[in-house]
Amino acid sequence: MPRSAAEALEQDLIQILTPEGKRQSHSLYDAYLEDVDDDMLRDFYRDMAMTRRFDQEATALQRQGQLCLWVPLRGQEAAQIGSGRATRDGDYIFPTYREHGVALTRNVPFSEMLRLFRGISGGGWDPRENNFHMYTMVLAAQLPHAAGYAMAVNLEQHGWDEAKRAAEGEAVVAYFGDGSSTEGEAHESMVFANSFNAPVVYFCQNNQYAISVPFEVQSKVPLVSRAAGYGMPGIRVDGNDVLAVLAVTRWALEHARSGKGPVFIEAVTYRLGAHTTADDPTKYRMSEEEKLWAPKDPLVRLETYLRENDLVDDAFFEQLAQDADEMAATVRRDAMAFPVPPLAKSFEQVYAEAHPLVQEELAWHLEYEAGFADQAADGEK
Amino acid sequence: MTTTMTLAKAITSGLDAVLENNDRALLMGEDIGRLGGVYRITDGLIDKYGSHRVIDSPLGEAGIVGTAVGMALRGHSPLVEIQFDGFVFPAFNQITTQLAKMHARSEGRLNVPVVIRIPYGGGIGSIEHHSESPEALFVHTAGLRVITPSNAHDAYWMIQQAAECKDPVIYLEPKRRYWLKGEVDTEAPALDAFKAQVVRPGEDATIVAYGPLVPVALAAAEAAREDGRSVEVIDLRSLSPIDFDTILESVQKTGRLIVAHEAPTFGGLGGEIAARVSERAFLSLEAPVLRVGGFHMPYPISKVESQYLPDIDKLLEALDRSFAY
Repeated sequence: MPRSAAEALEQDLIQILTPEGKRQSHSLYDAYLEDVDDDMLRDFYRDMAMTRRFDQEATALQRQGQLCLWVPLRGQEAAQIGSGRATRDGDYIFPTYREHGVALTRNVPFSEMLRLFRGISGGGWDPRENNFHMYTMVLAAQLPHAAGYAMAVNLEQHGWDEAKRAAEGEAVVAYFGDGSSTEGEAHESMVFANSFNAPVVYFCQNNQYAISVPFEVQSKVPLVSRAAGYGMPGIRVDGNDVLAVLAVTRWALEHARSGKGPVFIEAVTYRLGAHTTADDPTKYRMSEEEKLWAPKDPLVRLETYLRENDLVDDAFFEQLAQDADEMAATVRRDAMAFPVPPLAKSFEQVYAEAHPLVQEELAWHLEYEAGFADQAADGEK
Repeated sequence: MTTTMTLAKAITSGLDAVLENNDRALLMGEDIGRLGGVYRITDGLIDKYGSHRVIDSPLGEAGIVGTAVGMALRGHSPLVEIQFDGFVFPAFNQITTQLAKMHARSEGRLNVPVVIRIPYGGGIGSIEHHSESPEALFVHTAGLRVITPSNAHDAYWMIQQAAECKDPVIYLEPKRRYWLKGEVDTEAPALDAFKAQVVRPGEDATIVAYGPLVPVALAAAEAAREDGRSVEVIDLRSLSPIDFDTILESVQKTGRLIVAHEAPTFGGLGGEIAARVSERAFLSLEAPVLRVGGFHMPYPISKVESQYLPDIDKLLEALDRSFAY
């Protein structure tokens, strides 16, 4: 008999690949992994490795003064690749600002993701092309958007039978973290989504820290236990296990799509690096703690499994490292080549329809700037 | 066709027309379904359009506006109701950091045509947080449009224009004028929602007002006539953008300007209008632009609100000061 809610949930942590790289079977979720063949397993590893290499390159670019800021995700690759690979093209994703791995699964080019961080754009990519929304900097503000988007999906799919929903139904994945789980908008979003049976999968990456504040300050109980209070299923999954994450997210999306309402997933993971490039984890956590999580690294775990089952050889990793370096070089080249849009462009984007004040200020701005051109011309004479 | 109706009923009819003409439009808010809203503005619409288009939401303003943003991203046109001016602040984050900026952040790719209806203003003898005028906060936020009707005809048309606008629109309803009756021409082409209107022509001074104070300004102008002063009254109608051309044209004629609003004068729209007019019509001015508005205090208890609110006497006093300058 479990002595506490936390202990009971610890027993319920869904895990397919153990930290030692052993595959376990699961009575419910094995059915959601039947199509996962050797190629897919290698592809998952490749996705995670490419994401990590991109993250490393972006961190370097920030250190070299080429990005305003970077938000590393090292340690969270399995949670992101596993959940992202569970989605269908028609599903709409609302990320936080750290979902670089999910972006890869949605075919958003890595270099495009740097526009925001390079100060070139307030967004960076066209959300409509890949159904992958812009990053949201204000914590949890994207969660009510996800509920509303899914409420609208419900309106459009009204009257669909189960077969049509399963085949063509759309769903929404709302990403957030342990920190943003405490925001009021997380709460309101979950109330709305549950009251209207909206097809949202709330995917929380509990990476144990809200910048410096440890998880215990955000919640006395595992976050998944909040799901019941809203009336939705809650799943606690090992977020460093790409197969377990894939399986539970597939289950959750199927549930949401079928019209049964939202699902809450808590993916237990660990932010191996800093919150952002402006952060310093040595001020708030012990290196011993980081050492405890290092063996649970999602890439190490899958590599062990792949090697022990002879699904890869050294050449696989050598080729992958080479491909990753080439990708990183391309990303760096693209990012450095982004043209800086003139401020005049920003005036055009404030309103969708003509606005006299903006037009007037633009005219003033252009005239003012043109004055410097005259001065420069005078100087040349 | 012209019909006499209250300002409240004109909004109801306008919303009815919006729902009738646009399949993608829907209403959402607290108590707006069966009850028809605390001011009954949506009365009867749930029966006509169903609970999927007239949605009784859970109680949560951030949720209401935030989900409306999500619906708009999916191609719908939500018109949401905030129950009272003082209750909009839980949604303030969604309005200012999300709704207002979505178009700009996406480099113009995404439109979020959300309309937020807010009953505002005082003079209704209510308890705290039910009588506020927060318009300057929204006007200060780029990306939002802010409009407010002062009569039934405008109320009917401007809500429809707000719904058709691709930008987010804050539609402020002068709640103490909900029962003000007026003629609504349901066929006449509407004046642009973002233009001001001269509602009383005059030669000697101009009063700019909007929403609940337009009838007060008209009454003050009538009283001033008895003193031999011809006062022009402009109904601003749109608070963002502001139609400065109409104001400047008037001031260039009259040389005197009073701006009146219930909101506190400090940091309010009156200051913005005064600054712009002094920049562009300085030499036309016979006197400094004067403001008549609320004091720098939380909206007062209702038993003394009449001393706080701009009224005819305060406007006449300001006119006296302007003419005495």
